[in-house]
Amino acid sequence: MAQLTYRASVSLAIAQSMRKDQKVFFIGEDVGAAGGVFKATVGLLEEFGKERVMDAPISEQAILGAAMGAAMTGLRPIAEIMFSDFLAVCWDIVANQIAKTRYMSDGQINIPLVIRTANGGGSKFGAQHSQSLENWSMMIPGLKVVAPSCPSDVLGLMDSAVKDPDPVIFYEHKSLYAFKEEIEQTDISIPIGEANTLHEGKDITIIGLALMAQRAKEAALILKDKHDINAKVIDLRSLVPLDLQTIKKSVIETGHVLTVEENPRLCGWGAEISSLISEHCFKNLKGPVTRVTTPHVPLPSADILEDNTIPSVELIVNEVVKKLKENNYGNNNAIPWRNS
Amino acid sequence: MVDKLNDDIGEKKRLQLWEMMLKLRLVEKKAYDLFLQNLIKGTSHLALGQEAIAGAFGVALKQGDYTFCTYRGHAHTLARGSSIEGVLGELMGRQCGLMKGKGGSMHLTDVDKGVMGSYAIIGAHLTIANGTALASKYNKTNEVSVCFFGDGTTNIGAFHEALNMAKIWNLPIVFVCENNLYMEYTPIHEVTAVEHPAADRASAYDLDRVIVDGNDADEMLRIAEKAISKAREGKGPSLIEAKTYRHSGHSRADPGKYRPDEEVKDWMENKDPIKNYRAKLLDFNINEKIISEIEEKIKDQVEKATEISMASPIPEIKEIYTDVWANGGSEWHN
Ligand SMILES: Cc1ncc(C[n+]2csc(CCOP(=O)(O)OP(=O)(O)O)c2C)c(N)n1
Ligand SMILES: [Mg+2]
Repeated sequence: MAQLTYRASVSLAIAQSMRKDQKVFFIGEDVGAAGGVFKATVGLLEEFGKERVMDAPISEQAILGAAMGAAMTGLRPIAEIMFSDFLAVCWDIVANQIAKTRYMSDGQINIPLVIRTANGGGSKFGAQHSQSLENWSMMIPGLKVVAPSCPSDVLGLMDSAVKDPDPVIFYEHKSLYAFKEEIEQTDISIPIGEANTLHEGKDITIIGLALMAQRAKEAALILKDKHDINAKVIDLRSLVPLDLQTIKKSVIETGHVLTVEENPRLCGWGAEISSLISEHCFKNLKGPVTRVTTPHVPLPSADILEDNTIPSVELIVNEVVKKLKENNYGNNNAIPWRNS
Repeated sequence: MVDKLNDDIGEKKRLQLWEMMLKLRLVEKKAYDLFLQNLIKGTSHLALGQEAIAGAFGVALKQGDYTFCTYRGHAHTLARGSSIEGVLGELMGRQCGLMKGKGGSMHLTDVDKGVMGSYAIIGAHLTIANGTALASKYNKTNEVSVCFFGDGTTNIGAFHEALNMAKIWNLPIVFVCENNLYMEYTPIHEVTAVEHPAADRASAYDLDRVIVDGNDADEMLRIAEKAISKAREGKGPSLIEAKTYRHSGHSRADPGKYRPDEEVKDWMENKDPIKNYRAKLLDFNINEKIISEIEEKIKDQVEKATEISMASPIPEIKEIYTDVWANGGSEWHN
């Protein structure tokens, strides 16, 4: 039994995959000698050498292109994009090439690669180093989208992501890198597409991902203690494939749903979930599905501004209380983009 | 007269190259006829006039080597030995097509033949070709990767990222710029800081400056063999700029009116790689009967393949839902 941080579990997860399979290699900017800008890949170069841990130039297209080409021959690259915001400079390779080549080739080509990237806010880095971009990749057919919320999920989901025959984008949350967990067994595997329940409850279903799943769990503890509300917290773990069955099962029991997203309001993944729930569980709903998101603005930098932009534990608590106790479904943090 | 004694290429290889180029030409012409009959929908970019480049590499490469080409890739695909009905069938959206209609003209792929795809977003495939080259280096095998692209492609960032990476990692790859003097409709010199869009950039990546007459099939073959051997011996990447010209417009929709008549006439009449190669074969005293027999054989092959493609059924609608994922399906939730 050992305490492991989310950060340390990333390098351990990569190392475990590389020990198991000679086909796995790792490529990224400042990942080898420097151990990564978030120190999440420390020790890999020392263990595996330059042939398998490659420090790349600042060439995001060339990094992902090389990973894709290598994957096309059956290797299993793990490629790092330092900040998820930088996916924008190589989006052609992600969305047009990696995602579509299997389909366009009528299944002649598999692309078994993992793109891991530091995602999300909380570090006061401003609008270009803090975004939550899971929904960008969710809307492209052909990409699997994973976002672990704790060290054990990093270990288990990375194992599956590397073994997966399809491309996986692995969003690591920057504000979780210091998150600690007692871990008994490090060499574990968690199937992609199975949500995890972080808190049991029958009054409302709260659905989150990554940092927002952890905040939802904290909110559930407060809701229970202070408001006598039992919330079920579902950590989706992956958006594609999506564990709709777990969502449905809970919604049938609770009849109330809140999604908690770190992305801006428009076209966030919660909108898709909300639509699925109204299609699949309309008769079970006791009120509208509501969403907590960041407002529809780029992320500001100053402490007070960023802290009031990204959904907080208090905001989640308030939204749930409003819904269940006051029958108030109006969302207070996401209005300005729409006509009133 | 030609020096037969010092002929480094020889009759056998020349006839192979002749047969290859002729096939590329006649299939493209057939593709053009099939558009006119409205049997091919969508867009298509013909490589008529550029056959010597794909043809020479087709002869020079070995089985197991990887090639990457652009949307103008029918010729490069055929040059690796893909079947004519596989190509024409794909253009016509038939089940016998290389990808059963899932990809179309711009995405021909035939992995068994080393055709690792045809790419329609300018520049992307240069970076992806580095990946197969990296795999050969990683696995310590000796395949070579070859990546074809146009002059216009030298102005996108991916070109520069890819060349730098290939050089720093000493990858077994050959980059082939087919400089047909125009990007889409704009003359390349109007939008490029240097005269030779690829070759004049080579020094920035510590590569040799290589310019070749891409319509001289023998010269193309020599350059291709040299660059391929270099890569295979672990001596790193090459960048070749092959000067050529497309006989037709950029794509199906383009009559090519922006090009001066005199220029087009000169390239069609005096610099046609196929016409000139036929004359060269005769110069080398190759029996005209053999040359014509090959012509008849290819014509026959193209006709037969056309019949097969036209008789091939259209895809089943359920194919829409297959092969997004490696499990063969397209499901995204349980
Ligand atoms: C990124 C991108 N920008 C623009 C286009 C549209 N486009 C298609 S072909 C082409 C011209 C490419 O010229 P070149 O590289 O010289 O190749 P050629 O068509 O002459 O073979 C353009 C601009 C594209 N497909 N991708
Ligand atoms: Mg061109």
